[in-house]
Amino acid sequence: MAKQDIALMAHLMRRAGFGATREELEALVEKGYEQTVEELLNTEAQPALDRYELVRYHPWTWKPGTLPGMGSVEWLWFMVNTKRPLEEKMTLFWHHLFATGVSKVDHYDEITMMVAEFREKGMGSYKDLLMSMAQNPAMIYWLDNCENHAHAVNENWGRELLELFSMGVGNYTEVDVREVSRAFTGWTIEPKLPRGPIGRHDWHFTYQEDDHDHGEKTFLGETGNFDGKDVIDIICAHPATASFIARHLYNFFVADEAQVPAWAVTPPQDQDAIDTLADALVESNYDIRSTLRVLFNSEFFKNARFARLKSPAEVVVGTLKLVGGFEFPAPGIGEMSRQPNYMGQDLLNPPSVEGWHTGTEWINSGSLMRRINFTADMVGDTGRPGVKSMIDHLKADNSISPGAFVDSCLELMGPLEVNKETRQELVDHAQINGDLNWGNESETSSERVSEMLQLIVSLRDYQYA
Amino acid sequence: MASTKKDPVIVVLQLTGGNDYLNTVIPYNDPHYRDNRPAVGVAEDRILKINDNLGFHPEMAPMQRLYDQGKVAIINGVGYANSPRSHFRSMDIWHTCEPDKLGTEGWLGRVTKDLDPNKENVVTTVSFGPSLPRALALPGVPVACVDDLDTFGMLPTISETEQRNKILDRFTRLYSPTIGSGFVMDYLGQTGLDSLKAADILKVAPGKYSSTVEYPDTPLARKLRGIAQVHMADLGTRILYCDHGSFDSHSNQVGMHDKLWHDVSSAVESFFDDLRENNAGENVIMLLFSEFGRRVHDNGSGTDHGAAGAAFVIGEGVKGGEYGEYPSTNIEDLEQGDLVPNTDFRSVYTTIAENWMGLDANPLVGGTFEKPSFV
Repeated sequence: MAKQDIALMAHLMRRAGFGATREELEALVEKGYEQTVEELLNTEAQPALDRYELVRYHPWTWKPGTLPGMGSVEWLWFMVNTKRPLEEKMTLFWHHLFATGVSKVDHYDEITMMVAEFREKGMGSYKDLLMSMAQNPAMIYWLDNCENHAHAVNENWGRELLELFSMGVGNYTEVDVREVSRAFTGWTIEPKLPRGPIGRHDWHFTYQEDDHDHGEKTFLGETGNFDGKDVIDIICAHPATASFIARHLYNFFVADEAQVPAWAVTPPQDQDAIDTLADALVESNYDIRSTLRVLFNSEFFKNARFARLKSPAEVVVGTLKLVGGFEFPAPGIGEMSRQPNYMGQDLLNPPSVEGWHTGTEWINSGSLMRRINFTADMVGDTGRPGVKSMIDHLKADNSISPGAFVDSCLELMGPLEVNKETRQELVDHAQINGDLNWGNESETSSERVSEMLQLIVSLRDYQYA
Repeated sequence: MASTKKDPVIVVLQLTGGNDYLNTVIPYNDPHYRDNRPAVGVAEDRILKINDNLGFHPEMAPMQRLYDQGKVAIINGVGYANSPRSHFRSMDIWHTCEPDKLGTEGWLGRVTKDLDPNKENVVTTVSFGPSLPRALALPGVPVACVDDLDTFGMLPTISETEQRNKILDRFTRLYSPTIGSGFVMDYLGQTGLDSLKAADILKVAPGKYSSTVEYPDTPLARKLRGIAQVHMADLGTRILYCDHGSFDSHSNQVGMHDKLWHDVSSAVESFFDDLRENNAGENVIMLLFSEFGRRVHDNGSGTDHGAAGAAFVIGEGVKGGEYGEYPSTNIEDLEQGDLVPNTDFRSVYTTIAENWMGLDANPLVGGTFEKPSFV
């Protein structure tokens, strides 16, 4: 099997999912790249996970309400176990984009329902999803549209809709923000009751006609008695929207871009790629599945191996899938679901509506340490099935030279591509104890393997997706 | 450290989300205040009056005590022209001192570089929290990012000392610069090496610390306690940074703003009590700022994004009182319904950089600005 094919397939699976084991990669290469892309896109051909399977073993994961730190257990279970990896990756994409947090919503259930909506609709039409978000109770509360009244306009949702969810700054005026906000007056939630000590009444969307501003509005040069739906139509007809969503897709799936607030003044690193994706969005009437087909089959995607840094969710889920043994329902699930938070990505609780800063901004001295400590702990456990399986791979040869030992480990951990200085350091480390032998040295050798894996996950190179 | 005069230290407490200036430092005699705040106005008998015109929010009693001791400077009307009213853009402006174009270098990153040009101390600047604020970011300048002092360390679960040392030694070699590897690799490399060094230095701080001051049990108080521990450990740390929020009070502002200022004021008071008890406060000032103030007229439940705000500088070395003028609340003086800033935020930085840290402010803040004399 050609090394290049495995490397490309590993790239696809890291980006379109949360990575794949060596065995899975080999089977996918047999199938072929384009066929694999189609299978990833055709999410519904695979069975959905049954959340009640999790609930049976961990009842507290159902409607965790206000339990601190328990919110993302269900989602982690989905990410690790899904048979539809791209669906789950898109769910994460939309959570990055429509960043909504428990810090204000103060209740996990509504945001978990929002995540379920991303899972259900995230591969379909962006325009439909935007409309769903405008009527999503968690979003309405998060951005105060429940306080946006005909006679007291609240601009929070209107502003962020334009700035962060569709067009980006520089494409509209302060007056547009005001007019858009007016168009969404009366779009609210029920029941408006304070939350109780252990939970809250489920919210639902409602339109209150008598609290809607029925006056004329002018938005982006068009005038009429607009409501929210009209505004979304106008937004989606504007070319800035397709480019903005295209750039988000590029930043998430292809290569790290500047941070979102800088987009108005920093050109994309690959304008052609953004244009290709924006055209795909427009031509398909904002169909995400069609756009992703273009993306994954493009040369700019295939050439972008290791061109972005992993998000904490990718670090944690990727590592759990690699070492195995976390096919939940298993104990310890709550602790695992908090790991991304320790690395700077508290799922269901982004730092603000802007979402997380990505790329190098994931990395600081504290978060890098957390990444290394977590992954090193995981691969250092020779009892984990994924680690065992890597050791078994190496056992195929009775005696392995330090160089071959390092190369095999790098191959099994990715394949991970490192420069020759880094490889030499690893070989020097392996050299300390000479050739790797099995037989009566089996136990020591297994430990040597796990120590090598610990060094590999500590590498800078391992932080790239 | 044996020097007689201790090096000046700056602590920054960022109030994230846009603090409502009008309800923090309240112009209680101004009739426009009542007119504009039918929903979120603070009742006059609850306002903590500090002079004939202004009063603190009722939850700011600890701040008022510090103010009465002459340790709090209020800087009125802080901001910059053409407020973008976007949280992110506004925060970037405060962080980078670039109101007209996009900046990537943090002003305190530049201060760090001035203080420690040869990168002799990786804990010159320490940030408490999960992410690195852009104010501190400058390529090549180390900043220690600490979530929890007690667990800050690399590969702690490898318990066998000799094995751990071997691995950490290899780690150091693997993270050393390789020629031509690019910005991101270099950044990761330096961050890894710095964090290894910082962990070695910072691990002594909790053990050296003792205090009878009981901080409140809040996230902000835990951060400020960590800051006190690092400061008192005499590690040469000069800049300490943390944040609290969100102050983005579009709705239900009344209870929300009460809680925010309760938590901020009580934590800040504990912090300064702690420094005083340990005789470690004379070389520390704290800056509190927010990315913008909020709209003058409330929206029936909260307040939307505005422009001018207030900054506070607190410490034994501070000349307490009011600086600058409270911006006019007359409707014809407002800009899109917002208070117009009359003190450039870089003036505040200039005073801190020159009068406190003893540095040349111009290159740090990108220009020459007035220098209110609060220190």
